[in-house]
Order: sequence, then C-alpha cells, then structure tokens
Amino acid sequence: MSNDSYVTDDGRTIGPTVMEMKNITLRFGGVKAITDISFDIREGEIRAIIGPNGAGKSSMLNVISGFYVPQEGEVWYKGAKRPPMKPYEVAQQGIARTFQNIALFEGMTVLDNVMTGRLRQMKANMFEQAIWKGKAEREEVENREVVEKIIDFLEIQAIRKTPVGRLPYGLKKRVELARALAAEPSILLLDEPMAGMNVEEKEDMSRFILDMNDEFGTTIALIEHDMGVVMDLSDRVVVMDYGKKIGDGTPDEVRNNQDVIDAYLGVAHD
Amino acid sequence: MAQSSQATGGLTSIPALLQRNAAQFADKDAYREKEFGIWQTWTWAMTEKEIEALALGLINLGVKEGDFVAIIGRNRPYFYWSMVAAQSVGAVPVPVYQDSAAEEMEYILGHCGAKYAIVEDQEQVDKIIEIQEKLHTFEHMVYIDPRGLRKYDHRQLHEFSHIQAQGRAAHDELIGELKSRREKLDYDSTCVMLYTSGTTGKPKGVVLSNRNVIESSKNSAEFDALTGDEEILSYLPMAWVGDFIFSVGQAYWCGFCVNCPESADTMMTDLREIGPTYYFAPPRIFETSLTNVMIRMEDSGDLKYALFHHFMDFAKTAGEKYGMPKRSLAKPDMKRRIKNGWRYAMGLGFAMETIVENGIRMAFTKLRHGSKAREHFKAKDPILLNLYRGNLRDYFKYRMGNVLVYGPLKDTLGFGRVRVGYTAGEAIGPEIFEFYRSLGINLKQLYGQTEATVFITAQPDGEVRADTVGVPSPDVEIKIDDNGEIHYRSPGTFVEYYNNPESTASTKDAEGWVATGDAGFFEEKSGHLRIIDRAKDVGKMADGSMFAPKYVENKLKFYPDILEAVLFGNGKDRCVAFINIDLTAVGNWAERNNIAYASYQELAGHPKVLDSIQEHVEAVNRSVADDPMLAGCQIHRFLVLHKELDADDGEMTRTRKVRRVIVADKFKDLVDGLYDGSTSVSTTTEVTYEDGRKGSISATLELRDAQVVPVASKMAAE
Repeated sequence: MSNDSYVTDDGRTIGPTVMEMKNITLRFGGVKAITDISFDIREGEIRAIIGPNGAGKSSMLNVISGFYVPQEGEVWYKGAKRPPMKPYEVAQQGIARTFQNIALFEGMTVLDNVMTGRLRQMKANMFEQAIWKGKAEREEVENREVVEKIIDFLEIQAIRKTPVGRLPYGLKKRVELARALAAEPSILLLDEPMAGMNVEEKEDMSRFILDMNDEFGTTIALIEHDMGVVMDLSDRVVVMDYGKKIGDGTPDEVRNNQDVIDAYLGVAHD
Repeated sequence: MAQSSQATGGLTSIPALLQRNAAQFADKDAYREKEFGIWQTWTWAMTEKEIEALALGLINLGVKEGDFVAIIGRNRPYFYWSMVAAQSVGAVPVPVYQDSAAEEMEYILGHCGAKYAIVEDQEQVDKIIEIQEKLHTFEHMVYIDPRGLRKYDHRQLHEFSHIQAQGRAAHDELIGELKSRREKLDYDSTCVMLYTSGTTGKPKGVVLSNRNVIESSKNSAEFDALTGDEEILSYLPMAWVGDFIFSVGQAYWCGFCVNCPESADTMMTDLREIGPTYYFAPPRIFETSLTNVMIRMEDSGDLKYALFHHFMDFAKTAGEKYGMPKRSLAKPDMKRRIKNGWRYAMGLGFAMETIVENGIRMAFTKLRHGSKAREHFKAKDPILLNLYRGNLRDYFKYRMGNVLVYGPLKDTLGFGRVRVGYTAGEAIGPEIFEFYRSLGINLKQLYGQTEATVFITAQPDGEVRADTVGVPSPDVEIKIDDNGEIHYRSPGTFVEYYNNPESTASTKDAEGWVATGDAGFFEEKSGHLRIIDRAKDVGKMADGSMFAPKYVENKLKFYPDILEAVLFGNGKDRCVAFINIDLTAVGNWAERNNIAYASYQELAGHPKVLDSIQEHVEAVNRSVADDPMLAGCQIHRFLVLHKELDADDGEMTRTRKVRRVIVADKFKDLVDGLYDGSTSVSTTTEVTYEDGRKGSISATLELRDAQVVPVASKMAAE
C-alpha cells in the first residue's frame, strides 16, 4: 500500500493505491484457481494482468468485480476492507467491466445498450417512467447527454441506431466498452478487450484505452494476450501462471523476469 | 469589371458578405452540425460573433496580412469560420485534403510557406509535428478537438476555443486593427488558395481572388435561382474548389444554411435528416446509392419488387415530363403542405376509384364482347388506368407512382427535397443519370475546374442530357482551338498559380484565355458542349486511329460491378485494360450465387467473376465498334486487378481520378503480360496502409482475351 503519487514519463499522474488484493486464494471444489495472490492497483494507472491460458486471470478479474468470493484473502477498496458483495453492489461502488465473451443485448440498438450503462444513475420508478413527465424525462435527457459524449468519444455515431446483433465483432467490443464507460467508473475492468481483432482494430482499441485513461482519468485493469499491446499500454503488469503470481512490475522488469520467460516459452513442470 | 463590382453593392469580399448576412438574416440558420446526436445550430448573427472572436484571436497570435493559414480537417463549421476569419485578418486560407499523407502536406505547406495551420485533431497534429522540422516558416498550430493532446508541448500548439477566448478578451484593443484590415479587402485581394489534385506531377496552388469567387457564386446562383432558403449538406473535401464555392461562395452570397455531417460514416443518415434542396456529388456517390438500392430491391418481397420495377420502367418515359420540381421552391410552407397532402390523398383516392371502376367496366365489357374485350385490356396496363388516354393517364400514373414508389425512395435516399442537383468531375453513366432524373430529381451536369472557380458550362433546367455538359455559364466565353482543346475566359478565371509563373503562362494567355486540357466540341443543334477526353490522354494508335481511353473506361464503369478501369494502347496496335471490381456489388452477387470468397483478391480472381467481366468487356467492344472513329479502342485483352486502386498508393488523386502514368509504371509487368500474350502473370505489389506503413501483396492473375468486333468488315459493311 502506497500513498504517494508520481508522474510517469509521458506526463500522467499516478495516484495512491485505490485497490489492493491481499493473499487471495480461490478454490472451485478441489481445484485451486488462484493461490495466495497479492497486488495493488493505483489510481489513474493502467494495470495489466497477463499469463498463459488457464492461469487464473479471468478468475482474478471476477474476484475484483465481486462475481467470485475468494475463500481466503481480503479485497481492500479505497482504504477500506470490502465485505463479500453482490456484483451489482460492486458496480455501485464504481467498478465497471467488459466481458471476454461479449455480453450485450443483441436485439437492442447500440444507443439503448449504452444507456443501460447509466441505469445506476436513473432513479425514476416505474410509474414515473410510464407517465414520462418531470423526473423520468429529465433523467433521460441528462443521461442521454453523457451517453452521446461517450458515443462521440468512441466514434460509433454511425451505428447509433443499429441493432447490436447486426454489428461485426470488433464494433461489438467497442459498444461493450461504451456501456462500461457510461457507468463513469472509477475502475474499469477489461477482459481481453482485443481478443479476435485485426491489427487495425487493435490499434483503435489501444488508442481508446489510452485516451480514456488520459481524458477521464479512469483507472484501468486489463487482461490481454497480445504481448505487444500489453507492454505498450500498461504502467505495471502482474504475471500469473497456474494460479500463482510469478511476476509484478513495469513492462521492462517483467520482460526480463526469468520466471515469466519460462512460463511463456514453456519449461518442464515437475 | 467596375460595373460588376457595383452590381454586388460594394460587397467585395467574403467577410463583407458575412457582415451583410449578419445584419440582414440575423436569426436565420447559417451553420448546423450534428454533434452528440443533435443538430447544433448557429444563426448568422452567432456566426459573425464566432468568426470575429477567432479573427481577433488570430491577430493576437500574430497572424499578419498575406500570411498563409492551412486548414486541415473534415467539413465542420469551425473550419468554415477559420477560412473567413483568416480572410478577415488579411491572411489567405489554404484548405488541404485531410487524408493526405505527411509528405503530401509537407509539399503543400512548404510550397506556400504556411506559418499557421488550423487542424482538426491529434491525427493531424501528429502529421504536422512529423514534418515541422522541414517547414522553416511554420509557427503556430491551432487544433479543434483537444482529445489526446493535453500532454503535448503547447508552445506552438493552441486550442481553438482558447484562441477565441483570447480574441474576446482582447476585443477592445484589437477591434480597430481588425476593422481596418477588413476594409482593405477589395475585389482583387486573394480570397483563397486551393491546390489542384495533381493528376500529373505536383499539385499547383491556384490563387482565386474575391472577384473570382463572388462573381462565380453570383452568376451560378442566378442561373439556378438559388435563394437564402436552400439547405446543403457539406460533405465533400474542403480542399476541393467545389466545396469552397457551394459552402462558402454561394452560401455567403445567398445566405443559405450549410449543414455538416456528424462524421464521414454517417453521411447517408445525415443526408436524409437534412433533406437538402441543393445537392452536389461526384458520379461515384450516385453510383453507390443506386447499387445499394438495387441490392436491397433484390432482397425485397415480390409485391415491392414488382411495384418498383413496374413504376421505374414507367418513369423512364414519364419522369422527365411530370416529375421535375418547380424552379425556386425551397421550403414548403403550410399552404403548400396542405396542397401536397391533398394531392397525395387525391392520388390514392384516384387509384382506388380507377381500380374499382376499371373492374366494373371490364366485367360488363366482358359480358358483352367476350374475346375482343380481353384483347383490349391486355394490350394496355394490366389493371390500372386503362380508361384514360395519353397524357392525362401518364400524369395520374406518375402521381400514383410518386405516392407508392418515387416519393418513399427519394425520401430514403435523402433526395426528397432536392430542387437542383449537380454531378461533375467525371462522366456519369446514362442509366444512372436517367434513374435519378426519372425519380423526379433535377440532377444536372456541369463542367468546370479549379482554375475557372468551378463553372465553365452547366445544363439549364429542361435541357438536360447524359452526354453533354450544357451551355456556357453566364459571363463565360468559350472557344475551341484547332486541336479540339477547350479554352475559356470568365470572371472566374484564376489569378495565377502561386510561385509558378511558368505554369501560369503556359495555361493562361495574355488575353485571359485558359486552356482546359480537355478536348471537346459544341453540338450544332443544341449548342451544348460535349467533352471527349483529357486532351493529353487522347492519343494515336499505331495505325493512326484515335485513342480516347476515358471514353471506353466510362462505358466500362457504367456496369455496377466495375469500379474502375484503366485502358492502355497509346502508340500500340491494340488496346488492353485493367479492371477493378466493385466489392459491394460483386460481393452481393457472389452471396446470391453461393460463391464463397475470403478476400477482395480472391473474389477478383474468381473464374465466374472473370466470366461476367468478360461479358461486359465484350458488350463494351460492340458498342465502341459502333463509332467508326473510335473502333480501334476495342479491348483485346484484359485482367482484373488484385487490389483496388488507391490514393494512398499514389495510383489515384485525392479526388479519385486515376493517375494513368503511375498505374502504367507500377504495374508494368502486367501491361507487358497483356501485350505478350501470356495467360497468367505473378506479381508483387507494394501497398501503403492508412497509417503510412508499407506492406506488399502478391498474386497470380489470369489474363483473358476478349472478343472484338472486326473493324474492317464493319467499315466495309457500311
């Protein structure tokens, strides 16, 4: 846990620790998905979690988002220990996420999908919504403005009214990002934001992630397989293998870490 | 000329027109831009304030009279304001194609010695920073979208809104300076400098004076009876002279509203939302729209399909007569809306009444006359409107078609309100032209170039044909020299090529006649000008017969599955051609015919695609052979290229005109293959990605022979 701030080479300010994982262990029956992992996420940084397939990266993200409750260990968020929570309660604390397998409402338009990201901010009840005067209308207008800014930011104006089901994969990923961003999260969890994309789409997505971090000061934790992308984007990297943490540090430190090299190149496990 | 200066009432510059509009049309909409899903609007009064603040900010930044200010970005009100603000402070705006690569920008900014640039976003800022070291005169850059730019070094970089804020803050001390600079502008001061697209060689900077721009705008506005109530959608590149005349010249002269789309991708949606009354597009846009309509009709239900084809066939004959919009009716007022509604209701009622009446009559006639009646009713339209003859019947039928097909279709395309539409830049296919005209869209052709401030000839209402480009525009004189090259002289004739007296002298003679470089002739009967080809592209074949590549290429391009074609044969004994397929049209065709393909390259090489292209080529050969003068230009062999010709690779200009010489040079192995008779050629081509990186693709292409009509026998038969 550190309370100091520092400025990176490219001029961004990285704040004190906002979230800390302490000795997390997660088991599914007899299978240990995560074994005794600790790391922290600092405010305003881009934190990557990498590792080979089955290393427990997505499980880790699910622990952060409250979907899994670890058997051992503590999650500290904004200086306080977090009790076991439902995912929606975690979302209310300002943690939003995207999914490895896209989880959008296929039949709804892009705009409606992104609007669902604002539900947390909408307080009008069913009757007010039905009458559509006063509060409900006001809320819709306010939230639509926020959503339109995000649509503009992610450059998806042209598909605003297109049903999500008709979109190609790369755009769906972007819409999912838009929905997560619409919640105005303080921490954004991205589960393989660039899986299955071509080079150009990856470049676009990288730019959006950097701009998001820069423009809104969003703290980002991401899982990614593409090493080039991870090394370019992130400030610090956690490396996992077989549920254990084998490395943690800046991209350069991680790149030169012998355990990491072994995990990626493959050595005989005994 | 002094006379025409009086005719414009002392309004001798764009900033002066702005002052007039702000006073006269204060609350009328001047600019709209869709941003955050809503059309944001600026009235003329607001526009004047914005431009004034920016102009003061520019003075504050140190912009001097005569400085060049590069404007780089897509169509946005901010850039139009920047141009006028630059003019207000006595500087010269230089719009640059925003998709230019850094080297192209380096050439242009270096050539005019631009000290300032107003750019859109990080992408453009990065490009300029990349080339900044080589630009010795360059001083400051202003950007509009601050996204991603916060960490940049801001010593030479400024945000648009900050510049305006500084201008407002310094209002009292600088307003006098601004006014005096604005008053110094006269008819001969430079209005704008536009770079030609450069079909051959480096782009040249065309200097246009206020006289050029204002006189041309005034004349053309009168020619088409444009009013202050027009709506236009500005989506064509700002660096192109056409956009400058429509969105600045005519807009300021008439005081109409300029609408800017949300982004390049949303153009079609925005077009529909705005419903422009005055529309301008290169043929390519119309071709794409038509292809989309046809593809969607293929997928529609039987009833719709039948209705569409029935009424479109009918419209081919009747559209010209009954469909054209009235001159100068921009916005329908309440009265007209009621009248229109009434007409629609009448049209529908009439249709129903006719069907019923027709049915009853048919039944009775059948009872009485049997077989004779059947013949009578079969001969004419199957069910509808048999009772009325000739003109009246056509009139009502067209009205009905308007309710059922034409109206909804025009609305979907965004052409519902178009009163005057122009296509220029290239020849448009007669079928495409006819399609839009038969819908009742007053689409016309004009012929022009940057050096003429657009207008050389244009088609007057009611005298529109696909194969001519119309009569000389007002105040334009045209002569055709012995070689068939078109020369013109007009108030729009450019001042000079900047820093290039040799080119100026070789293009414009002492009396002000400008050589267009195009060959053409006047039709004796109608007095309309017909363009044959670029004069320097027209060549001779080995046997001395004429070689006019454009003529043949255009015939090929009229097929929806052919996007681009390049013909070779100058100085040779026979012609060969490169063909680019249209991915949308051919892809759709492949889908319907169960042809699987993974990439453009694979589709382009598919034998069935080649078969259908071959059919087109042979059909073109037959049609070319009809013209004895050009019969030698028949295509003996052709190939379908494995990549699309692209401006990023230098194969086309930014306005999408083929650079013939470069293509011939780059694909030399393929041309040779076509001539030496080989049936396949393996080749590797370098491609440039949008971000400037290079890669290469390799392919083995099939070269095919096409059937040609023997010329000699044809001549003998005649």
